[in-house]
Amino acid sequence: MSEESERRESPGPAGTSRRDFLTRIGGGACAVAGAGSLVVTLDFLKPKVLFEPPTVFRAGSAVDYPEGTVRFNREQRAYVIGGGGGVFALSAVCTHLGCITRYLSDERAIACPCHGSRFDLEGNVVHGPAPRPLPWLEVTADAAGNLVVDSSIIIPHGKVTRA
Amino acid sequence: MSAARISMADWLRGSAVYRSIVRHGTADTNRNRSLVIFENLFLHVHPVKVREKTLRFSHTYWLGGVTLVSCLVLIATGILLMFYYHPSVPQAYRDMKELNYVVDNGLFLRNLHRWAAHLMVFAAFLHMLRVFYHRAYRPPRQFNWVVGIVLLIVTLFLSYTGYLLPWDQLAFWGVSVGTNMAKEAPLVGEKIRFLLLGGNVVSENALLRFYVLHCVVLPVALLLFLSVHIWRIRKDGGVQGPPTDADDPRQEEAE
Repeated sequence: MSEESERRESPGPAGTSRRDFLTRIGGGACAVAGAGSLVVTLDFLKPKVLFEPPTVFRAGSAVDYPEGTVRFNREQRAYVIGGGGGVFALSAVCTHLGCITRYLSDERAIACPCHGSRFDLEGNVVHGPAPRPLPWLEVTADAAGNLVVDSSIIIPHGKVTRA
Repeated sequence: MSAARISMADWLRGSAVYRSIVRHGTADTNRNRSLVIFENLFLHVHPVKVREKTLRFSHTYWLGGVTLVSCLVLIATGILLMFYYHPSVPQAYRDMKELNYVVDNGLFLRNLHRWAAHLMVFAAFLHMLRVFYHRAYRPPRQFNWVVGIVLLIVTLFLSYTGYLLPWDQLAFWGVSVGTNMAKEAPLVGEKIRFLLLGGNVVSENALLRFYVLHCVVLPVALLLFLSVHIWRIRKDGGVQGPPTDADDPRQEEAE
């Protein structure tokens, strides 16, 4: 090995040769660029605007819901039900695997066509495979008694809205 | 007549065009026969010499071969179906109906695609069982077993993404249920479902995403791993059939 190349390959003060140092810088830069493009690509795959039905819908007036009334809202997949103490809304999406349940008026029950789960009119599981009761959705009433349901807000079980 | 035909083949093999492509002459020596395999991109994954025993039906039940052939049928019929299919709502369903009732041989090609898909999953599964019961997953083939598992998963994903494309009730609810299963994965479940569907519900975005996965991403992944899988068979000394008595460790103990 010539004198000059020996000098070039020799370790610097920190015990690292220039070549090692540059290799690490280059490798590090490639790693950062690679991780960056991964993050940017994942972000690209997340849609920013969704053309899905709005989660809020008007459900008419509270006087339209005498005790025992069940109305199904197809677009937001929710039931608006007149209960003893007032009106409440139930999600119609089965808690098992996301099929849309159906209200059986003669049996006063909610049933799922996919795997046979059954719920009562308060959303409680009558029998499986559904693991959880149907969630209750937020219902608000304005001064005139018009009901507005937001299917994106889940409220505790049993909280009815009085007109 | 036959002599004339042979000389015709010889003339073709000796011609400048043929020699520029294949480079070596007629495959009449063992060396040339080997070179034909070695120097061909498509054939080099295949072993140069194959034991006659390994070609027998009872050796492997040809299950890997059945899987491969159904895969090729799926690629051919799939490309043809793509000429008529639009991955949009509600056009997708109409295109599926058009293929069934209007397009010449459309029904045949669509059904061929469907049955070959069922056969591919079934044969891949049986192939896996065959390899397991013949102890062919053991060293030196343990890596190829892992490649095979990846291939099985890609095959199942292909089967699943294809399920949504007719955009009928079965497809819609099948994918609703399947993506809800994905949602149950810990921590990342919700995100995986959102990315897979391109939204919160099964919609037009989901159809397009499943289409791209089904027609581009997954087939490319499949062909990549398939090439490795077949090439590794050659590297690991050809297919292993039923274990012989000599392979049985109990026999060695008895001695």
